[in-house]
Amino acid sequence: MSAASSSPLSGPRTAAAPAAEPRTAAGRRGRGPVEWIRAHVLATTSVLVFVFLLAPNVVMFVMSFNAPIGRYNYIWHQFSADAWRHPCAVGDICQHMGLSLEIGVVAMIGSTVLGTMAAFAMSRHRFRARPMVNTLLFLPMAAPEIIMGATLLTLFFTTIGSGSMGFWTIVIGHIMFCLSYVVVTVKSRLAGMDPTLENAAQDLYATPLQTFMKVTLPLVAPGIMAAALLSFALSVDDYIVTKYTAGDQITFPLYVYGAVQRSVPTQIDVIGSMMMLVTMTGIMAMLVVSRVRARRR
Amino acid sequence: MSAQTANLGVPPAPAAAAESEPPRRRRRNHLPYLLLAPTLLWLVVFFVVPIFTSVSASVQEGSLDQGYALTWRWANFADGWNQYNGQFGRSLLFAFLCTVFCLLMGYPLAYFIAFKGGRWKTLLMALVIVPSFTSFLIRTIAWKTILSDNGVIVHALSSLHILGFTSAIGFTVGNHVLASPAAVVCGMVYNFLPFTVLPLYTSLEKIDPRLHEAGADLYCSPLATWRRVTLPLSMPGVVGGTLLTFIPAVGDYVNAQLLGNPNTIVIGQSIEHEFLQDSTGYPIASALSVILMAATLAIVLVYVKKAGTEDLL
Repeated sequence: MSAASSSPLSGPRTAAAPAAEPRTAAGRRGRGPVEWIRAHVLATTSVLVFVFLLAPNVVMFVMSFNAPIGRYNYIWHQFSADAWRHPCAVGDICQHMGLSLEIGVVAMIGSTVLGTMAAFAMSRHRFRARPMVNTLLFLPMAAPEIIMGATLLTLFFTTIGSGSMGFWTIVIGHIMFCLSYVVVTVKSRLAGMDPTLENAAQDLYATPLQTFMKVTLPLVAPGIMAAALLSFALSVDDYIVTKYTAGDQITFPLYVYGAVQRSVPTQIDVIGSMMMLVTMTGIMAMLVVSRVRARRR
Repeated sequence: MSAQTANLGVPPAPAAAAESEPPRRRRRNHLPYLLLAPTLLWLVVFFVVPIFTSVSASVQEGSLDQGYALTWRWANFADGWNQYNGQFGRSLLFAFLCTVFCLLMGYPLAYFIAFKGGRWKTLLMALVIVPSFTSFLIRTIAWKTILSDNGVIVHALSSLHILGFTSAIGFTVGNHVLASPAAVVCGMVYNFLPFTVLPLYTSLEKIDPRLHEAGADLYCSPLATWRRVTLPLSMPGVVGGTLLTFIPAVGDYVNAQLLGNPNTIVIGQSIEHEFLQDSTGYPIASALSVILMAATLAIVLVYVKKAGTEDLL
């Protein structure tokens, strides 16, 4: 900030002089309700958009304590913690969740390993096919999910037949659409890395392997972690591609989608709230850790 | 740079292969392909090849019991188009509306976080992304509660007589918001808003805030500063955000299924319907997905060309 105010570009708003010129936005502030709204229109809009973004999560959490009338948990009736006490009481809901988590872990490991290797190749090397590879990596992110699902179904259907589709075909599809996200995430972390650190390690007689293990990997680790979490979340939450590759397997999203036709038990909201609480705790922990680390430096 | 070649556990390429070049350069050119090979193989086998399988399936004929034969039956495309052109149009319209609303809501939010967020930037961006880590189906079901007939929103809208107007133009049905095009678009905007905000935030965050002060110093009103300085600089984010919203929105059918009615059926539902039909649906479904793919690609290419940011792709 001190750099900004000493630069010739800095306007009256950051200038220390108390006599700010009245024509700037700062000078107009506080002259009546219309001006107040004008000054805060951006903040107000942002708050409203945040409400729009977060309302469904709040509603889900509240409705997980509902004792609904009938089979559909859409309308608030009265408080009950029954669903939290027995989250697995409805059908095979926890088995479906277990299957989703299993697929998520396998897809996460697969896509993170392959994608990280590809990210290193893309950010550290210049080679002839690079633009083409870049396009190929970008395309799955840009393709509508239904296209990926429908075309994969056609492939599996014509090669192995619909009878042998299941766990592994789901995993194949999930790794396919997670790969691009992993490459992008790890690549951006590699791009932001200071290359002189690796040179410094080598100047200090570190072997290439030592440089990689002690300098490069720890620096890229947050990017790899983020990519792994992202691909896990994408996999566990996926409906469309899963629907077309699942055969007779039922993952949690497939179960929820099917449930809407028959009944929506409160347990669905309970499991959704659990997912939300776990990810929120994780992200809070990461933010706190990075704050503490930043302060220590 | 050369350190990277050896330290990933990949055996160095034989230097004898390149006599004219120094061995180090030869090795360096070999490694990226080795690192990329598994990813490329995966994407080619499970992303590129299926597209060709689908194109071939779209000109086949037959049924599930008798098997399918490649008879170059181009009529599948005509049949699919004649039967489902309404659904195609609706998908494109919904995706377009969704993109416009996402931009209108996402731009102010990204701008606010990037320039007024201060030390809370990371936390605010986390708040944008956090909802995505809970099952989107459950969150879409939550909209059924929010938009239900005795909810706050429906009461407010109907007492302001807005519902009468939106029903007249066919966006809502009677005195309800649920099971209408409005609910579908609302759910889509909700689902894809983070995809708009992320690229917008990335490009806005790169802009030096001192440029705003420079604009003010040169007697620009805040609005003129935004129009002449910020907007042009944030165009890559606008193009990226709208693409990342529009493309998945065209194929989305979960919102139409959960929040819509029989009159809001989009092309995704039609494709699924044809795939699940046991007898002859399979080639038609493939033809429909090929048409959808071609249409999306054409729209994106024209849009990117018009926006003048071809280097994005």
